[in-house]
Amino acid sequence: MESPTLVLSGIHKSYYGNPVLRGVDLTVRPGEIHALVGENGAGKSTLMNILFGMPVIHETGGFEGTVELGGRAVRLNSPSDAMVEGIGMVHQEFMLLPGFTVAENVKLGREPTRANLFSRVLGPVGKGLRSLDRRKMQDDSRNALDRIGMSLDEMQPIAGMPVGHMQFVEIAREVDKENARLIVFDEPTAVLAESEAAELLATMKSLAAQGIALLFISHRLDEVMEIADGVTVLRDGEVVATLDMQEASVEQIAELMIGRPLPERELPARGAGETQQVALEVRGLEVDMPGEEVRGVDLDVYKGEILGIAGLAGQGKLGIANGLLGLHPVRGAVKLEGAPFVLGETLAALRQGVAFVSEDRRQVGLLLDESIELNIAGTAVHVLGRFLGKSGGPLAMINRAEVRRHAENMIQEFDIRCQGPTQPVRRLSGGNQQKVCLARAFTLDPSLLFVSEPTRGVDVGAKDRVLQQLVRVNREAGTTIVLTSSELAELRQVCDRIAVVFEGRIQGILAPDAPDVEFGLLFAGERSGVSS
Amino acid sequence: MGKLRQLALQNVVPILFTVLCVSGIIAARADISLPILANDIVTRLSRNLFLVLSLIIPVVAGMGLNFGIIVGAMCGQIGLIVVENQGASGLGAFFAAMGVSIPFSLIFGWLTGLLLNRAKGREMITGMILAFFANGIYQAVFLLMAGPVIPLHNQRILLDGGIGLAITIDLIGTGGQLDRLLRPSIPFMGLPLFIPVATFIFIALLCVALRGYLRTKSGQELRAVGQDMHVAEISGINVDRTRMRAILISTVLGGLGQIIWLSNIGTMNTFQSHEQVGPYAIAALLVGGATVAHATIWHAILGTLLFHTLFQVSPIAGQILLGSAQIGEYFREFVAYAVIGVTLALHAWRTRRS
Repeated sequence: MESPTLVLSGIHKSYYGNPVLRGVDLTVRPGEIHALVGENGAGKSTLMNILFGMPVIHETGGFEGTVELGGRAVRLNSPSDAMVEGIGMVHQEFMLLPGFTVAENVKLGREPTRANLFSRVLGPVGKGLRSLDRRKMQDDSRNALDRIGMSLDEMQPIAGMPVGHMQFVEIAREVDKENARLIVFDEPTAVLAESEAAELLATMKSLAAQGIALLFISHRLDEVMEIADGVTVLRDGEVVATLDMQEASVEQIAELMIGRPLPERELPARGAGETQQVALEVRGLEVDMPGEEVRGVDLDVYKGEILGIAGLAGQGKLGIANGLLGLHPVRGAVKLEGAPFVLGETLAALRQGVAFVSEDRRQVGLLLDESIELNIAGTAVHVLGRFLGKSGGPLAMINRAEVRRHAENMIQEFDIRCQGPTQPVRRLSGGNQQKVCLARAFTLDPSLLFVSEPTRGVDVGAKDRVLQQLVRVNREAGTTIVLTSSELAELRQVCDRIAVVFEGRIQGILAPDAPDVEFGLLFAGERSGVSS
Repeated sequence: MGKLRQLALQNVVPILFTVLCVSGIIAARADISLPILANDIVTRLSRNLFLVLSLIIPVVAGMGLNFGIIVGAMCGQIGLIVVENQGASGLGAFFAAMGVSIPFSLIFGWLTGLLLNRAKGREMITGMILAFFANGIYQAVFLLMAGPVIPLHNQRILLDGGIGLAITIDLIGTGGQLDRLLRPSIPFMGLPLFIPVATFIFIALLCVALRGYLRTKSGQELRAVGQDMHVAEISGINVDRTRMRAILISTVLGGLGQIIWLSNIGTMNTFQSHEQVGPYAIAALLVGGATVAHATIWHAILGTLLFHTLFQVSPIAGQILLGSAQIGEYFREFVAYAVIGVTLALHAWRTRRS
C-alpha cells in the first residue's frame, strides 16, 4: 500500500507552560479529504502552525513528536521548508496581496526569472537581480486556474475582487506548486455564499481525485459529512476520535467536539417573585464589529435571569453586547423595560442602568495606570455623579474619603489581591483586574449587566470567584445578567438559558443541561435534531 | 465627473502646490525675473532630486518615509571630509568621495536596518529619533576626535586649535565637479538657461536603475513585503532581509545624494547640512503626491520641482504681499513641516476609513 502523505505522531506543544497539544496523532493518505474538527482552542491552529514551521512555534520552544511526509521524517523549521515539502494552505483570512495581480499572487515568492545583464555579471550574488519572467507567470497561473475550473482573468488585480474569487486564487496558488501533495483548507467556506461554497467543495473533490491529500478544517459539519473521507476530532489538545466517514454521523461528531462531563450545578435558589417579564427586547440587531459582525439578532432577555450567549469565535456573540452599549456602529429596534432604548449612545445606556464589562479589559475596561479606587468609582462619578462633594455643578470635587471607603469594601467583597486601593491596576494579575472591572460595573447598580468573557486569562481560583459574584448579585440585587463566553462549561454552570450564536444570528436557545450533542449541532450551524 | 473628482482628491497635495506656486509667481511678477527663477529651479532640481529619489525604496518596502536618511547624509559627508582632507581635487575626487561614503553607508545602514527590523510599524518615528542620536555621535566624533584620534591633518578643514572640524568647509576639491563637466546653456527669454546635463544624466541613471530593480525578483519581494509582511513571510520571503536591503539601498543612495547636493552648493555646514536634508527631501517627495505607502519616481520629480519653485517664490511673494521677506522665509520652514504633518494625518485618516 502507498505510504500516507502525512503522519503526525505524538505531537506535544506548550506555550509558556500551558499545554495546548497533548500527544496528537493524525494520518492523511494521498487523495483523501480528511476533516479536522474541534472547538476554538482545541489546538487546531497550533497543529497547523507546526505543520507550516511557523516562527511562533520555534520562538516558543519548538514541539515534541514527529512529522512524516510520504513516509519520510522531516523537520519543518520555516514556512519555506513546508513549501519545499509540498505543503500548501488555503487560509481563512486571505493571504493575498491586494496590489498585485492574480498571476503575481499565484507566483508570489516563487516567481520564474530570466537572467539579465546585471545578474550575469554578478553571478550567484546577483540571483535576486534576475528579471521576472512575466510571460511564464501568466501562463502558469492560467494553467492553475484552468485546472481548478476557474475562468478568472489572471491579469486582474486582487483589490476589488469578490471574496469567492480570492479563495480560488489561493487554491490556484497551491495547485501551481509543482510538488503540491498536501493542501490544508482552513475554514474555507466561512466567508462564502452558499453557491460559492458548493463550487469550492466540488473543486476540493476534484483536487483529491488528482491524488492530492486535503486536510479540511471546518465548523460546518454538514460540509464535513458531504466531502470528507475521514475525520479527526480534537478536544483540549487531544484527539478524542478518528472516524471513517461511513461510520460517523453529524450528531456523533458534535457530541465528541463538546463532550465534557456536565459541571456540578449548585446554585443558590432564587427568591420568590420570579417572573417571565421581558427586561430587554432586541429585534433585528445588526452590529458592525470587525470580526464579530451581528447580522440580525432577535432576543428577549427576561427580568432577573442569567442569559448565556455562546458560539464560536468570529460568529458574532461578542458583537451583541458591544453593539447594544454603542461601542460599534449598530442598527435595530430595542426596548428596555418596554420603553424604546436609544442605540449607539453609550452614556445614555449607562444612565439607564445598563452596564458592561468588556471582553477587552486592558483596552476598554480599565485605566491601567490609575489606582484601583479610581477605576472602581470612575464610571459612577462620571455617569451618575456619585462620590461627588456637596458643592455640585461642574466644579464639584470627588469625595476621596467616600471613594476610598467604597473601594475598600469592594476589595474585600471581591477578594481583590492587591497592596491597597491606591495601587495602579496595571500591576494586578489578570484575574484581579477582572474583579476590578466587575466591581466598577456593580458600583453603577445596574438593572441589566452585560459581561463578556469574564474568565478569559483568569486563573482557576479567581474564575470561580468571578462567577460566584455574578450569581450573588443576580440573586441578591435581582440584576439581570447577559453573560457572553467562549467557555460553554462556565455558561452551563451559572446560566438559566443559553443562546447559541452562529453567523451573526441566534441559532437556538438551550437549557444549560441540554445534551452535548445539541450544543455541538447549534455551534456548527445545524438546527435539525435540536429539541428547542 | 465623479472620476475627475476622485482624481482631484487623490492628487490634492500636488494640485494645491501648483496653485500656490502659480499664484506666488503671479503675485510677485513685477519683482521676479522668470529666466533667473528658471535657472534657480533647474539648479535646485539637479541638486536635490537624487536625495529625494533615495527615499522611494523604503516606501515601496512598507517602511514609510525614511527619516533615517540623515544617517546616509552623514556618511556622504564623511566621504567629502576624507577626500577634502587629502586635498584631492577634480572629478576623480568627487567620485572618490562617493566611493568612501559607500562602506560607511553600508555599515550604518546595516545598524539602522537592525533597529528598524525590531521596530516594525514604527519605522518613521524610530528613524527620526535614530537621526538625533546619530547626530550626537557625529558631533562627538568630528568635534572632539577629529585631529587627535582620527588622523585628519589638513588645517583648512580643522578648527584653529587643530581639534575638531571647522564649522563650514569649502569644498574646494569636490565642489561643482559633476556640474562643471557638462553644463551647456540654452537661451531662455533673453538670458542663458544653464542645464547641468552631467548631473541630470547621473540622476537619470538612478531612475533607470530603480525602475529596473523594482522589476527584478528582489524588487518583487520588496513590493510584496511592503503590502503585507505576514503574507510575504508565509510565501517564503525573508521579510527581515528584504527590509534590510531596502534600508541599505536607501542609506547608500542618501549618502551619494548628499554628496551631489553639497558639491553643487560648494560649501558644507559640517554640523548642520545633514540635519536639513531629511525633512526637506521628505517634504519634496510628499508635495509630488507620494504618501507614506506609495511613492514613484514621478512623485519625486514633480514634488522636487514644485517644492523648490515655492522655495524660490515665497520670499519674494512675502516681500510684496506682506512687506517682509522674512515672512516668506518663515513660510518655507512652515511649509516643509506642514506638508509632512498634513500628509501623515491624511494617510492615517485614509487608512482608518478603509
